[in-house]
Amino acid sequence: MPQAVPAIAAPDPAASEARRARADWITHGILVLGVVLFALPVWLVLVGSTHDAATIGRGEVPLLPGGHAAETYAAVWTQGDTRRAQVAVSTMMFNSAVMALLITIGKIAISIVSAYAVAFFSFPGRMLCFWAIFVTLMLPVEVRIFPTFQVVSDLGLVNTYTGLIVPLIASATATLLFRQFFLTIPDELVEAAKMDGAGPMRFFKDVVLPLSATNMAALFVILFVYGWNQYLWPLLITTSADVETIVIGIVKMIGAEADTEWNRVMATTVLALLPPVAVVILMQRWFVKGLVETEK
Amino acid sequence: MATLTVERVSKSFGKVPVLHGIDLSVADGEMIVIVGASGCGKSTLLRIVAGLERATEGRIVISGADVTRLEPAERDIAMVFQNYALYPHMSVFENMSYGLRIRGVPKPEIARRVAQAAEMLGLSGLLERRPRELSGGQRQRVAMGRAIVREPKLFLFDEPLSNLDAKLRVAMRAEIKRLQRRLGVTSLFVTHDQVEAMTLGDRLVVMNQGRAAQVATPMEIFARPADTYVAGFIGSPAMNFLPATLTEGGLGARIADGPVVRFADGPRPGMAGRSLTLGVRPEHFALGGPLPLSPDLVEPLGSETVVHGRLPSGQEITLRLPGAPPGHGTIGIGIRPEHLHVFDGKTGLRLEAEPAIQPPPRVAA
Ligand SMILES: Nc1ncnc2c1ncn2[C@@H]1O[C@H](COP(=O)(O)OP(=O)(O)OP(=O)(O)O)[C@@H](O)[C@H]1O
Ligand SMILES: [Mg+2]
Repeated sequence: MPQAVPAIAAPDPAASEARRARADWITHGILVLGVVLFALPVWLVLVGSTHDAATIGRGEVPLLPGGHAAETYAAVWTQGDTRRAQVAVSTMMFNSAVMALLITIGKIAISIVSAYAVAFFSFPGRMLCFWAIFVTLMLPVEVRIFPTFQVVSDLGLVNTYTGLIVPLIASATATLLFRQFFLTIPDELVEAAKMDGAGPMRFFKDVVLPLSATNMAALFVILFVYGWNQYLWPLLITTSADVETIVIGIVKMIGAEADTEWNRVMATTVLALLPPVAVVILMQRWFVKGLVETEK
Repeated sequence: MATLTVERVSKSFGKVPVLHGIDLSVADGEMIVIVGASGCGKSTLLRIVAGLERATEGRIVISGADVTRLEPAERDIAMVFQNYALYPHMSVFENMSYGLRIRGVPKPEIARRVAQAAEMLGLSGLLERRPRELSGGQRQRVAMGRAIVREPKLFLFDEPLSNLDAKLRVAMRAEIKRLQRRLGVTSLFVTHDQVEAMTLGDRLVVMNQGRAAQVATPMEIFARPADTYVAGFIGSPAMNFLPATLTEGGLGARIADGPVVRFADGPRPGMAGRSLTLGVRPEHFALGGPLPLSPDLVEPLGSETVVHGRLPSGQEITLRLPGAPPGHGTIGIGIRPEHLHVFDGKTGLRLEAEPAIQPPPRVAA
C-alpha cells in the first residue's frame, strides 16, 4: 500500500474482512465464556449426582457422568438422605410446589383485583391506597421478618401451609405492574364498554382479564420461580418435615464435609431445578409475548 | 326512533367553563352535525348526551324522557369513537354482538342482526377476524356495525372519519349518510371538517368557545352566517373581512381607505359612522372594480384560480376567479353587493337589511 492515503479511501476489502473475522472471534469467545460460566456449575452438579458417594467423598470432581444415577435418584425421591434431614424429596417437592403455586396464584389474583380498583375507579382515598401499596415495596419479607414471625406464631400458624404462604401473598410489584398496564388501556375502550352496557364486573371479566392474559403468564413465571426459591421465611416458619420445602431440605442435607452425602445432595438439587425450568419452558411463548407486546 | 332535546346544558371542569348553556332540539331521524374549532367543546357536548360526562347544569331529554341522571347503558344510545375502540381480543362478530349479549338478546336474534349489519357494511367475510387484522376502513365499519346492531334510539359519532385517508374518508362519509337515511336513526355527528359537516348534516351546529354560534341548515349557514366566526369558519377559502363604516342613512358602507359600497338589499340600522365588518367570499369579487389588488400568490387550480394579494391599505384579500390566472401586476377588483355580508364591527353579529326599502341592485364600489 502507498504511504499517501487519499482523504476518502475506498475501504480495502481484505482489511475489512479481517476486521470482521476478528470481531466474530471476540464475540464468540465472550459468548462461550459466558456459557461456560453459567453452565459449568450445573454440569458439575448433574455429573456429581450420577456417581456414588465414595467418589465425591474422595474429593474428586468428576467431569463425566458415572453409572449410579438410577439408584441415587430413586433413593432421594423416596427417602432423602440417610444422615441428616431424612425427608423424602417427593414430600419436599410437593410442599414447595404447593407453596410456589399458591403464592403465585394468590399474588396474581390479589394484585390484579387491587390494580383494577386503583386504576379504573375514583373513590375517596384512592391515592392513599396507591401510595400504601407503593410504600410496601420498601418492606419485603426480609425487612419485616421478625414482626411477621411474631404475628404468625401468635396465631399458631407455625408449621402450616397458611403460615408459610399468607405472609408472602400480597405483591406490590405485581400490583404496580398491572396498574401500569391498565393505564395503557384506552379510555375509549372503557367508554365503549359502558355504552355497550358492561358494568365493572363484566368489564373486568370480558375485557380486562383477557387483555391481561400475557401479562399474567409473564408474572406467573417470575412469581413461581420467586415462590419456589423462597428460603428465609420457610426456614423460620417450618420446623417439621410435613411442610418442609425443597430449598430448606437441600440446606439441611449439607453438614460437615464427611457427614454429607454429596451425590444425594446433587441429585436433590437437580430435582429441585426441574419445576422452575419446566414452568419457564412451558410458558416461554406467553412469557416473551407478555414482556414484549401488549395486545392492543 | 327518537327526538333529542338539549336544554341549557353547561359544563365546567373544575373552575374552567367549557360549555355555556347549549340549547338544541333534534327531530326524529334528523342528522345533526356539530362542527367547530378544536377545543370548543364538541366532544364534551356529545359525551354529556351519551352520559359519559355529567352536565354541570341543564337537562338531556330523549323522546320526552329526562335522561340527565341515567347511566350511559340506560339511555339506549350507541356511539362510534374516533379511534373505533374495538375490543382487541374479540372477533368482529363478538365485537358487534357484545352489547346485545349483555342485554340478554337471544342468540338467534343476535346472529340475525349481526349478519344483517355485516351484509349492509360489507363485513360478511370478516366476522371471524380480530380488529388488528383489519384495515382502518374495515375497523371503522365494525365500529359502525357495533352501533347499528344495537338498534338504539340515538347514534353519536365523535370524529369517526378523522383517522382515515382522504379518499376513504369521502367514501365512508357517503356511506354513513346513506346508512343514516336508510335506518332513520336520529344522529349527532361531531367533526371539525367543514366539508364533512356541509355534506352530512340536515342541520349544523357551529360551535364557538362553548356556545352554539348558529344552528341551521348547511345552505342557510353558508348564505346567511350569523356572525363573523361562522362566516369565517364555513367556506373555503375563508371569507374576506374588510373593516368599514356605515354611510348616511344606512344605505351603504365605506371601506376603510376606500370606496363606498351600496347595499343591494336595503339599508342597515344605525348612525352614520357605525363600525362594520364587511364579509365577501373569495368567489364574490368582480374583476374590473376600483379596488387595486397587488397579488402576491397565484394558485392555478385548473378550472379556477385562487389569488392572494393585498389592498393598498395592507388588507389581505383572497380571490377565487373562474378560469386561467389573470396577467401580472395590479388587478382592479370590485365587490358584488348582492353577495355582501354585513356584520357589526364590534360584536361581529350579522346585520340584516331593514326590510322596507329595496333599491335596485347595482355593480358598485
Ligand atoms: N376531563 C377534562 N378535564 C379538564 N378539561 C377538559 C376535560 N375534557 C375536556 N376538557 C377541556 O374542555 C375543552 C373542550 O374539550 P372537547 O374535547 O370537548 O373539545 P373538542 O371540541 O372535542 O375538540 P377536538 O376537536 O380537538 O376534539 C378543552 O379546552 C379541553 O381542554
Ligand atoms: Mg373532540
